[in-house]
Order: sequence, then C-alpha cells, then structure tokens
Amino acid sequence: MTPSDHILLALLIPTLGAIVIALVGRNANLREGVTLVTAGLLFVNVLQLLPVVLEGGRPAIAGFEVTPGLDVAFQVEPLGMLFGLIASFLWIVNSFYSIGYMRGNKEPRQTQFYVAFAVALAAAMGIAFSANLFTLFLFYEALTLSTYPLVAHHGDAKARNGARIYLLILLSTSIVFFIPAILWTLSLSGTLDFTPGGILAGKADATTTALLLALFAFGIGKAAVMPVHKWLPTAMVAPTPVSALLHAVAVVKAGVFTILKVSVYIFGSDHLLATGASEWLVYLATFSLLAASVIALTKDNLKARLAYSTVSQLGYIVLGAAIATPLALIGAGMHILMHAFGKITLFFVAGAIHTATHKTEISQLNGIGRVMPFTMGAFFIGALSIIGLPPLGGAWSKLYIALGGMNGEYWFVVAALMISSVLNVAYLMPIVVRAFFRPPDPDDHSQVGVAADDTLSLRERLAEAPWFCVVPLCFTALACFVLFFAPDIVEQLLRGMLEVPQ
Amino acid sequence: MIAAHLPALQVVIPLLAAPLCAILRRGTIAWVIAVVANWLAFAVSIGLLFRVLDEGVISYAMGGWAPPIGIEYRVDLINVFVLLVVSGVGAVIIPFARAGTAARFDSTNQAWFYTMYLLALTGLLGVTITGDAFNIFVFLEVSSLASYVMIAMGRDKRSLTAAYQYLIMGTVGATFIVIGVGLLWAMTGTLNLYDLAQRIPDIENTRPVLAALAFLTVGISLKLALFPLHLWLPNAYAYAPAVASAFLAGTATKVGIYLLLRFFFTVFGGEGFFLSTPLPEVFLVLSVVAIFAASTVAVFQNNLKRMFAYSSVAQIGFITLGISYATETGLTAALVHLMNHAIMKAGIFMLLGCVIYRLASMRIDDLAGIGRKMPFTTAGIVILGLGLLGVPGTSGFISKWWLVLAALENGQWWLVALIVIASLITMVYVGRFVEAAYFREPSEKAMNVREAPLAMLIPSYVLVAATIYLGFDTTWSVGLALDAAASLLSAAY
Repeated sequence: MTPSDHILLALLIPTLGAIVIALVGRNANLREGVTLVTAGLLFVNVLQLLPVVLEGGRPAIAGFEVTPGLDVAFQVEPLGMLFGLIASFLWIVNSFYSIGYMRGNKEPRQTQFYVAFAVALAAAMGIAFSANLFTLFLFYEALTLSTYPLVAHHGDAKARNGARIYLLILLSTSIVFFIPAILWTLSLSGTLDFTPGGILAGKADATTTALLLALFAFGIGKAAVMPVHKWLPTAMVAPTPVSALLHAVAVVKAGVFTILKVSVYIFGSDHLLATGASEWLVYLATFSLLAASVIALTKDNLKARLAYSTVSQLGYIVLGAAIATPLALIGAGMHILMHAFGKITLFFVAGAIHTATHKTEISQLNGIGRVMPFTMGAFFIGALSIIGLPPLGGAWSKLYIALGGMNGEYWFVVAALMISSVLNVAYLMPIVVRAFFRPPDPDDHSQVGVAADDTLSLRERLAEAPWFCVVPLCFTALACFVLFFAPDIVEQLLRGMLEVPQ
Repeated sequence: MIAAHLPALQVVIPLLAAPLCAILRRGTIAWVIAVVANWLAFAVSIGLLFRVLDEGVISYAMGGWAPPIGIEYRVDLINVFVLLVVSGVGAVIIPFARAGTAARFDSTNQAWFYTMYLLALTGLLGVTITGDAFNIFVFLEVSSLASYVMIAMGRDKRSLTAAYQYLIMGTVGATFIVIGVGLLWAMTGTLNLYDLAQRIPDIENTRPVLAALAFLTVGISLKLALFPLHLWLPNAYAYAPAVASAFLAGTATKVGIYLLLRFFFTVFGGEGFFLSTPLPEVFLVLSVVAIFAASTVAVFQNNLKRMFAYSSVAQIGFITLGISYATETGLTAALVHLMNHAIMKAGIFMLLGCVIYRLASMRIDDLAGIGRKMPFTTAGIVILGLGLLGVPGTSGFISKWWLVLAALENGQWWLVALIVIASLITMVYVGRFVEAAYFREPSEKAMNVREAPLAMLIPSYVLVAATIYLGFDTTWSVGLALDAAASLLSAAY
C-alpha cells in the first residue's frame, strides 16, 4: 500500500466503523468490540505514515476542485502527523474507558454515543491531514456537528443548554470569523494551500496580518482563546469519555492544531516575526492562560476546574504559535501531545470517581485516596505533568515554549509561565492532598466513609471504579512518564514543519 | 427526428398528459401518467441541454410557422438551465406525491390534483422555453391558475383564503406583465423576444419603453415574491398541500427569476442598459431588506411551513442580490443559487410533508421530540437546513461563496458582513427546529408516530443527496451558470 492509501484509509476506517457500529448496535459486546477493533486499526494505519514523514516525505492525495480556489485535498506533514497519532491512539484508550464508564453509569443511548464518537474521529483525521484551509474547514465543522449529540448526551435541560452553547459558539465563530478569514486569505494570496514558510509573506502588511490573525484566532473557537472559551466549561455536562474527547483526544486539540497550522503554514514563522503582527496575540494568550488558571482556583466542581485548566493550557499552545520562534512552535506542537496525555488522565480520574462514588465536587474528596489509591495516584502523576515538573512529559513542552519566548525576547512570558506553574500547583495539588492526607468527612456515608475505620486492610477498603476505567487511566499516567524520555523524537518530527524548501 | 422536436415536446408532453388525467378520473392511473409525463419532460430537458451544449441556441418554429408570424421556441443555456431545474425538481416530487395524496383525497380528486400539477408544470416549462412575449403571459396564467387550485386543495380551511390572496396578487402581477408586453408591442411591433432585443436598443430611452420596463419589473417581482411584493407567498406555501408547497417553492419563483433575467439582460440589451437605470440600486436595497426582514420574521414563526416559506423570501433575496451586480460573478451566483435553493427548499417541504403525513401538524410544539421517532426525516431537514445556512460541504455554501466573490469584486466588504449576519439569523430559525426535534420531550402527538414510508423518504433523500453532491461537484451548477451568465451579459440570444 502506498502512503496515499493510508491517508484515505485513515478517513475510511472510522467512517466504516461508525456504520458497522450503528448496524450491530443491539449487541453491546459486539458493538464495543467493533469500536475497539476500529480504533486499533486506525492507529496502526496512521502509524504507517510516521516513518515516511520522519524521512521528509509528504504523502498527499490530490483530491478534486469544488470551485476555483477551493479544493478538497490531503497532505501529511509533521504537525498533522502528530495530531493524527495522538487522536487515533487516545481513541483506543478512551474506548476501553468508555466501556467501563458507560456501562458503570448505565448511560442511555450508548449506540448513538459510539457512532458519534467514530464519526468525530473521522473528522479529526480529516483535520489532521488536510492540505488546505478549505478542506480543514469542512472537517472542522464536521467535528463540531458530530460532537454535538455527544455533548447533549444526557438529554436533560442542563445537557441541552450546554450543547446549545457549544454549538452556538463554535458554529457562529466559524461562520463570523473563520470563513471571512479564509476568504480574505484567498483574496490576498490566491491560494489556500498549507505551504512551508507560509503564503502571506510579501502579500500582507503588518496591520492586515494582525487583523487576519485575529479573525483566525477568534474564528477557530475550538482553541478556546479567551473570550471564546465559554463553550468548554459548559460542555462538561457531557459524560466523562466525551469530556476526554473534547479536552484531550480531538476537539480542543483540533482547535490549537489549526491555530498552529495557520501560524506555520499560512502566515509563516518568518513573516510573523518580521512584521510583529502576532505580538498582540502573545499578550492575549498570556492573559488567557493566567486568567483561566485563576478561575480554575475558584471552582469546586472537579470537572469545571479541569475545564478551566484546559483553557489555560490551550493558552500555552496559542502563545507558542504567537511567539512564532522555531523553539516556541516546536514547544507548542509538543504541548498538544503532552497536555493530551496529562489531561485525559485527569478527566478519566474525574469520571472514575463519579462512577465509583458519584462525587463531583472537590470538597467531597477528603480521604478518597484511601479507597481509590490507583486512581488518585494516577491523578497525582497527571497533575505533575500538567504543572510541568520532571520527570514527566509536560516539563519539556513548557521548557521549549519558555525558551522560545526568550528567543523572541518576550521576557514577561517567561515570568508569566512561572506564575502559571505556581497557579497550576495551587489548583491541582490540593486535590491530591485532600485525597491522601485528609481523613474522610465524618458525615460521609459512602464507601469513602468506611475508610475512616483504620482497622480495615487496604484490600477491604478498596472501592475502585470498574477495571475498564482504572486500567486506561493508569496507562495514560504511565505514558506521561514515558513521554519524558522521548522529547527528541517529537522534536525531530516537528522540526520538519519548519523546513522551507528553497 | 425526435431530437429536432424536443422544444415542442418539452411543453406538449405534460400539456397532453393533463387532460388525460382529468378524463380517466382514477387516482392511481393519473399518478402513473403524471410520473411518466414528468420524467419524460425531464429527459427532454436533458436532451435539450446536450443539444444546446452541442450546437448553441436552438430556434424552433412552433407548428412550422416561421417567426415572427408564428410562435418561436428559443432555447439557450439560460433557459435550458431553468428547464432542467423545473422538470428535475418535479421529477423527484411526483413519485413522492402518491402517498400523501392518496391518504387525503378520493380517487377523482387525486386525478384532479395531478391534472392541476401537470398544468402548472406545463405553464412553467412553457414560460421558460418560449421566445414570445405574449406566449409568456399565457403560460404564466396557465401555471398560476393551476397553482391556485392546488393551493386551495390544502387540508386547512385557511388554504382557501391563501389561494384567493395569491389569485388577487398573481392577477395584478399578470396584468402588469401584459401591460408591459403591450407597451413593448406598441413601440416595436413585435412580440418575439429575439426581435424585441434587436429593436429596443434604438428606442430604449423613450418613455413608453421605460414604462414597459417598470411594469414588467413590478409584475415579475410579484411573481417571484421579491420583498415587499412577497405577501402572498407565506400563506400560500404554508397552507397548500405539501406536494404543492414543495413544487411551487422549487419552481414557480425560480421561473420568475428567469423572466427577470431574460427581460433585463436579453430583451433590454445586456448589462449596459440595466446599469444605466436605477434598477441595480433598487434591487440591492430590496434584496438586503428581504434577506433580513424575512429571515427575522421566520425566526418567530410557530408553523414550520410558514417558517420555511419566509426563509424562501429571504433566499430569493440572495438571488436578486446576485442579479443586482450585473457582473459575470454576480449572475453566476444568482443562477447557482436558483438551482441550489430550488433543490434545498423543495427537499425541505417534502420532508415537512413526511412529518405532516404522520403527525398532521406543523406546529413547532407538536414536533417536539420528533427526532427520535422520525430520525431520517429530521436528519434530512437538518442537512438541508445547514444548506440554507451555507455551511461548507453543502450546495448552499457554493452559492454564498460566489455571491461573496461578486460583492468583493465590487469592493463591497460590508456585504460580506451582512451575508454572515444573515447566516446567523438562518442558524437561529433552523436551530429552533433542531432544538424542538431533538432536545425536547416528545409531545403527545409525537409519541405515537413512526418514520415516514420509504416511498416518501427516498425521493426526499434524492434532494438531500443532491444538496451535498452539489456542494462538492459544481460542474453542473457553477459550470453551466458561468456560461449562461456570460451569454446574459453579452445579450447573446
């Protein structure tokens, strides 16, 4: 099979998977088996592209022209390769977790859930491998639409409201800002193709570039740059596997991926640095990442706190894209990966706690580490990675972004990153402290209350979520650790996106 | 042999089929006749398209009487494009018509319904194909009278007043058109469009000719429901039987657009004259107002058919907006949207027909929760609704894309903003449907329904598929429209 075939398969496998899942929906075991097989096949298939891209190959499908200037075409470059790998790999882990969570909580409409999930992954693959802005936009919208039923899954008033805001903000920003930005790009440069080195150098002055960048930054609502972040916290009404999809696997990652891609392949690093057009975005992203961290501090609901944490972490990636020095861009790309594994762990934990004890607020978590030691241990590791401490993956990406900031002589960025790390500690570590070092509340009558009786052995106290939940979250926590030892391969891959053929 | 007579067959087939239905008086037989006649008409349109692509403009002397004494049928890219839309949309609707019609009418009335349908089709095809100004008027009346009857056959008593309203407004419009044609005849001594086009440029600034232009503009605008002459449309579409709503929404107003283009550009001589009149500004303003006013009103409708009827008024605004630019891009946008909107709106009204078939109501509250009971019907409406919004991947996006290109060509950046805002309003009313259908507890009525029969769903989904297909392959929409626009601007006929 040629590399182009693998691109096509990356789109076809999840699509066909969705159809088969819908057909066998009545048989739960078969349905979930198909999901796992589909996810596995997809990852193996995407992995086939990696060696080609590492060697500098850019497999492509020419596609077809819709109307002059608008083509549907695909091409794999390093950034898309990374995003494709993350999404397809985490889908496998997430599918295992979904089985435990959806069954454990006796969720309704599970077939619809698995179908929409598979369609969302197909859309994510399309985003990853798009060769131009138009194709990317098509799949970007497809991702919004396919995740809508997932966000609204519970079907009650709260879920409906969350889903409404989700759809409204994402669709309207894309219509109001993203489409005009695409149109403007086309009228400036005559093409929408993602080209190494960008397509706007010499065609747009500093003001135009800054305005256009603003249209992209706010039009790509999935990147949740403040003030377009509101949809993300409201979307946490969805079941936890969906939150994982939103926060780690595909949705926000598609957003920051697009921002990064636009920065590298539409504007071009050199053009941004030469015009200084992205300077305002450096300030905004810095503000966004600090403000979101402060808001996270005030949230008692675990998923809400994690949601604002995501807004903050996405700020890092947008920041890297805005600084636009090579190291910052590599750091931003790397942070997509590192944050994905860290945040999926944290959300898995939140879901596992909900499945096992039905607790949702942080103030209820006193002593929970005694009955759920594996889960809370994984939380600790994931949290450390988000904070950016060695020996965990998150340390590298934040270091790269900080170094990139120094290269760009944004000294305040370095300071802001340090403050942010302290804030991260302040909103994540108290959860770990509560879980392990505080005794359970005396009026806590759940399984956690039992743990107050110190005469019980660990085995008797243990009240973990189903293994289908616990194993995936331990696995992703472990992955955070492994990733600490693999920055070179990621860097090697991402350097490829900065190579401009002469 | 047959190929030579295609222009005549285009009209004669449905014209002969209509009385056949009336004579046989049996619903099923009448339906079969209507299907065969409509499909043949579509095949003839396709045949004509290939002939036009092959050999250019076809001139056909009706009955062997050479023009200008006889009536000439004249087919060029512009009207063959519209013929294709009209007969094509009809060809999809007519198989769909069976289930709904059989459930409501006895056998005789079914036959009458198909008779009227075929007469309306005949009229619309005749208006489009003929090269004779008075003949246009005659066929317009044929189609209008048949439409009034179809609308009056709606299940709601209000359909009678709606039909009456349309009759009054339609007759006023027709009168204006006939006055305009009369003035042109008085000034030039010919009714043949080709001859008119030759003679008018010499006298185009005389008062009677300008008066004729004014009468024709108002009369035709009434027919195509240009704001503020749209008042007949919402009730007519809302209370007509679903088949009639779908057919009229897809075809009748589109033929009006065709007439506008034909008179403005062919008869009155290319873009030069059009741009020298105040018409471009008038159309620009009215179109923008139509888009906003009608979309906003649509948001507040509780009857879904009325909602999408107002949406039609807004979408017609997009078409006339393209016309107002009188550039190749603008006219292409107009023609492309003419086709795309015909397909989308006919599809929506058909799927609403599926809902009525099961639920017997169009009130948005009664539709609550219908997404779970009629998943395919609802999903189809959502996809077509996204098309109306102009989401990429649907044909609606292609139309808007070209419209925006046309606006940019004229340096009107602000128009891009307006189009974007209009899409947002569209999102609100389509969103109201989505919200009710998917996110409310099923209403009492909706609890007991099931999915519509395949005989209704399959034809509807042909149009859904077409909407998506035309969002990716634009050879037959943009490709043809570009050539047609070029020939309009050069007034080649």
